Amino acid sequence: MADADNVLVMENITKVYPNGFVANKNVDFSVRKGEIHALVGENGAGKSTLMKILFGIESPDTGRILLNGQEVRINNPSSAIKYGIGMVHQHFMLAPSLTVAENMVMGIEPKNWFLFDFARALQMTKDIAEKYHFDIDPKAYVKDLSVGQKQKVEILKALLRGAQILILDEPTAVLTPQETGELFVQLKELKKQGHTIIFISHKLREIKEICDRITILRDGRSVGEANVEEMSEQDISDRMVGRNVVLNIQKTPAEPKETILSIRGLSAVNQFGKNVLNDVSFDVRKGEIFGIAGIEGNGQSELAEIITGLRPYSKGSVKIKNVEIQNLSIRKIRELKTSHVPEDRMTFGIAGDASIEENLISDRYYKKEYNRNGLQKAKKISRETDSDISEYLVKCDGREQPIRMLSGGNIQKVVVAREFSSGPELILVDQPTRGIDVGATEFVRKQIVKLRDGGSAVVLISADLNEVMELSDSLIVLYEGEIVAYFPDTKNLSEQEMGEYMLGVKRMPPDQIGDVIHAK
Amino acid sequence: MNSVVATIFSANFLFSVIRLTTPILLAALAALITDRAGVMNIGLEGIMLCSALTGVVGSAATHNAFLGLMFAILTGVVLGLIMAYSALNLKADIILVGIAVNLMASGGTIFVLYSICGDKGNSTSLKSLTMPSVSLPLIKDIPVLGSILSGHNLLTYLAFLCVFLIWLLLYKTPLGLRIRVVGENPNAAESVGINVRKVQYIVLVISGILAAVGGAYMSMGYMDKFSRDMVAGRGFIALAAEALGTGTPAGIMGSSLIFGAADALATNLQVLDIPVQFVQMIPYALTIVGLIIYSVSRIRKEKKIGISK
Amino acid sequence: MQNKRSYSSKTIESRFEVLRVATAIGISLLVALLLITFASKQPLNALKWFLAGPILTMRNFGNVLELFIPLTFGGLSIAVMFQCNQFNMAAEGSFFLGGLGAGIIAVGIKMPAGIHAAAAIAVGALFGVVLCVIPALMKVKWKANEVVSSLMLNYVALFFGNYVLQYMLFDPDAGYNASHIFPRSVRLPVIIPRTGVHAGIFLAIIMVVVTYLFLYRTKWGYAIRITGQNQNFAKYSGIGVGSTIILSQVAGGALAGIGGATQVLGMYTRFSWTTLPGYGWDGILISILANNNPKFIPLAAFFLAYLRVGADIMSRRSDVAPEVVSIIQAIIVVLIAGKMFLDTYKHKMIVKNSQEQVKEGSLT
Repeated sequence: MADADNVLVMENITKVYPNGFVANKNVDFSVRKGEIHALVGENGAGKSTLMKILFGIESPDTGRILLNGQEVRINNPSSAIKYGIGMVHQHFMLAPSLTVAENMVMGIEPKNWFLFDFARALQMTKDIAEKYHFDIDPKAYVKDLSVGQKQKVEILKALLRGAQILILDEPTAVLTPQETGELFVQLKELKKQGHTIIFISHKLREIKEICDRITILRDGRSVGEANVEEMSEQDISDRMVGRNVVLNIQKTPAEPKETILSIRGLSAVNQFGKNVLNDVSFDVRKGEIFGIAGIEGNGQSELAEIITGLRPYSKGSVKIKNVEIQNLSIRKIRELKTSHVPEDRMTFGIAGDASIEENLISDRYYKKEYNRNGLQKAKKISRETDSDISEYLVKCDGREQPIRMLSGGNIQKVVVAREFSSGPELILVDQPTRGIDVGATEFVRKQIVKLRDGGSAVVLISADLNEVMELSDSLIVLYEGEIVAYFPDTKNLSEQEMGEYMLGVKRMPPDQIGDVIHAK
Repeated sequence: MNSVVATIFSANFLFSVIRLTTPILLAALAALITDRAGVMNIGLEGIMLCSALTGVVGSAATHNAFLGLMFAILTGVVLGLIMAYSALNLKADIILVGIAVNLMASGGTIFVLYSICGDKGNSTSLKSLTMPSVSLPLIKDIPVLGSILSGHNLLTYLAFLCVFLIWLLLYKTPLGLRIRVVGENPNAAESVGINVRKVQYIVLVISGILAAVGGAYMSMGYMDKFSRDMVAGRGFIALAAEALGTGTPAGIMGSSLIFGAADALATNLQVLDIPVQFVQMIPYALTIVGLIIYSVSRIRKEKKIGISK
Repeated sequence: MQNKRSYSSKTIESRFEVLRVATAIGISLLVALLLITFASKQPLNALKWFLAGPILTMRNFGNVLELFIPLTFGGLSIAVMFQCNQFNMAAEGSFFLGGLGAGIIAVGIKMPAGIHAAAAIAVGALFGVVLCVIPALMKVKWKANEVVSSLMLNYVALFFGNYVLQYMLFDPDAGYNASHIFPRSVRLPVIIPRTGVHAGIFLAIIMVVVTYLFLYRTKWGYAIRITGQNQNFAKYSGIGVGSTIILSQVAGGALAGIGGATQVLGMYTRFSWTTLPGYGWDGILISILANNNPKFIPLAAFFLAYLRVGADIMSRRSDVAPEVVSIIQAIIVVLIAGKMFLDTYKHKMIVKNSQEQVKEGSLT
């Protein structure tokens, strides 16, 4: 393999974020001209960071980038675009009320004297669409387009600006199977015309179908680069999903009691009409830590939102303690002794400018025991806050401190303190240790085990394979909105096996999955 | 009743409708472009008031009406820049900045008026000039239509010309495209290298200019002097006209005319024994009803697509 | 550990806030001083009256206290609504309608002394609530923007009031556009002789305490503040966001209405408002100065009242118009509302403090 074939080489890239998190460690990544190159890795493996560096959104701490053999410095997206790198983001960067042509040329508008030459914009769009055999109507309004067509516009936008290398970030995440097929036809056409494509994805089947070579990242390092046809889905999965550290979580075996959460036939669609949950049924029992594993974006967030009342659903049933929650307010759901540690703690878990104390009482401030004659019982609240702060080892300057001044780990401890201290019988924790330091992580996990030992049911959603395997007593794997595996006992699980289910390589037969249903 | 109908359909009435619409139209166009760019300017009332004063002072000082108009426009530019800096650099909420401008103007104009003229009520002591009225050749001879359309102040014709100019700006220039993108999805604009802040600065300055012309019209066309509080809420009515104007310059021309008509009607309906206050209420109550209808229909649309519960 | 030179982060924050407010006030006063110097032929004389006038005589100081009362109500009203992050401008109209309501009860019903005033104020509060609640309902039910709707409602309220005055309350013997005389039973007595300072000042202080307790010591106030800070968090915690938003507007409308009623019953003998009194807009400045916290509102209200009276005195004794205060108000609003104002300085303060903390070993 001659170096001259490489259109892009990223050499020895290291990136450490200010909070100490090592996103990329000595990564070498090279792409040949005219190939479709898959970049895979779990969430947190370092793919997005690497691409952000390539597109100029982040700068590396070490390493260099070579384009066609020449070293280049990419300081911002405009610079990247000038070098012929185009990025198609997961969230579309389009203005819905404008036409396709207008979205295509914004920023590089063709002019006729000082007027916007709409006719030429239409022509430019038509030309580029024809060149790559994309079927798109330049006059159509973006708001009327399907998701697949919107993505085509995004790709054409990059091509119009001279992109030779296209980065596609999880392009099929939002597409239906037909649209995915169309996209692949498009990509093959692009390849024929000499473009190079970096294809970021978890969908191993698709990678096998369309990609030429693959680079696998794990824990910030590159763990392999190969031709796709030389690797089976299993091989890829095994390389992607490995554990460097075996956690030592002390826990006694679970003694599950009665069912507390019962879900039957739950289905949900997202705002684009795509199915995000498909006929999901399972039970969770008191006294167990029930894990939900899976690559992010396979329905876990929606499931969490539905169970906690943040998202409505129309098909299926969700019962907590035998009470159907479909029409219950969030407060009523919480009053069923349910708690929730949210995935996005800054948006949902706290009010940043408020004090620690104010953040700790948001779920219970209205209750009789905290109020007397219309006024809040300030002393009682303060006492409980102080005791929570010390019990949960929150490092702070006192209960009046604005919570945003705390480190991520301590903020999470406050969230955990609030959600755990209300004595929940069912608690849903979503990515509980994401982005926090080692000490806080250990602490949170210990608290989860403690809750379970006290008889509560814990639903643990985590994209961290280590965590979900070690911490859960039993678990299910979600793939594309469906349960594809159920393990009543996580003791002898191998991560290879887990990976294969998470990546859709394997799938359990329905009757084996059906064991997850305990109640009638 | 007959007399009212006769009045409404008289050429005189329609003439005064066009006259009264002028300042509202200009301010509403200013509101439109700032709304489209995501930096809603609610300080139009204040800009109009300040420009009304500076136009008068300028024309008196230079003995030239057009130079006075330039003074007024300069005021609009400066205020637009100050608003842009406060909202985009200092990051004060654009609504609060608009409120501050209105506050500053209502008192500041009296302060300046007093120090220049020694009079807190109006500027009659200044020999200010007015913008000329224009008799449109040919048109003025058309029966009926001629007396409605011809003979208006130059600034009135300018205002209606601005409807076309703003339409041209928004839909036929690259800047206009960027304005629409910036307001709808600033991330999309940033992602292709459009400088969002620069676009918003430009929009606020243009809105300042439009509002300034509207203010100059008040003191140099509609009347021939500056008097305190002379804008009388037209800057706020312009916001209402913008809210009802379907987001297009033509729509805004339509809604501004409605408000101009309501204004003209207020005087005439007094004949009918309807308390004048209820007639005065009409434009504002109309806006609220219109807002409700607009919001309800938007929610219905969202429900259909399935976005909201 | 000797000489602790670092501070808790909370102290740094509050010190910085005070610095920001002081600088904003300083800059605006400087601008005003400059303007006065340019506008006046005897600037020093004008400045003397502006800055010292209000404390020179009892009557002058009385004027400050009289103005303090409606400004306090305006500030409280806006503070509650801003704490919920609602830009409802109808406080202005609510204030006006509060005065109207009081006027109607004053002139239209006979009641024993004391109770009459209380009833009038209560009705004023009610009128205020009704107006402010409309934009709130529109926002919660139909997501209609509250800025435009509230601005429009102010005018509807004004014209409605004018109508009521002209057709229902009008006293043809008055000699000017005003209602019949208020009976003694409804008027608020003057409490400081030789001034116009009336019993409403007690009500204002009481409402400051009540509003403070409401916002910071009750569950409803807690819900309002948390909703204002992060609606997502409020919703996730189970707080009913829509009802909380409406509650904040009800409270704000009530406060403005009480303010209007108190002003009319305390400072006038007839209802004669034909334009919006402006205390709603002043309330915005006061609330911003007070960081939307009721316990600082009296200070901010006093500050503005002092400035206004000072400017008034200055205008009577020199050749400068009192409206220069509006310019001061506008500059203060922009500088304090500007989050980036003095931001680089704040950053330096925090960094320096962290360094001190590291030196002392109190930062790990």
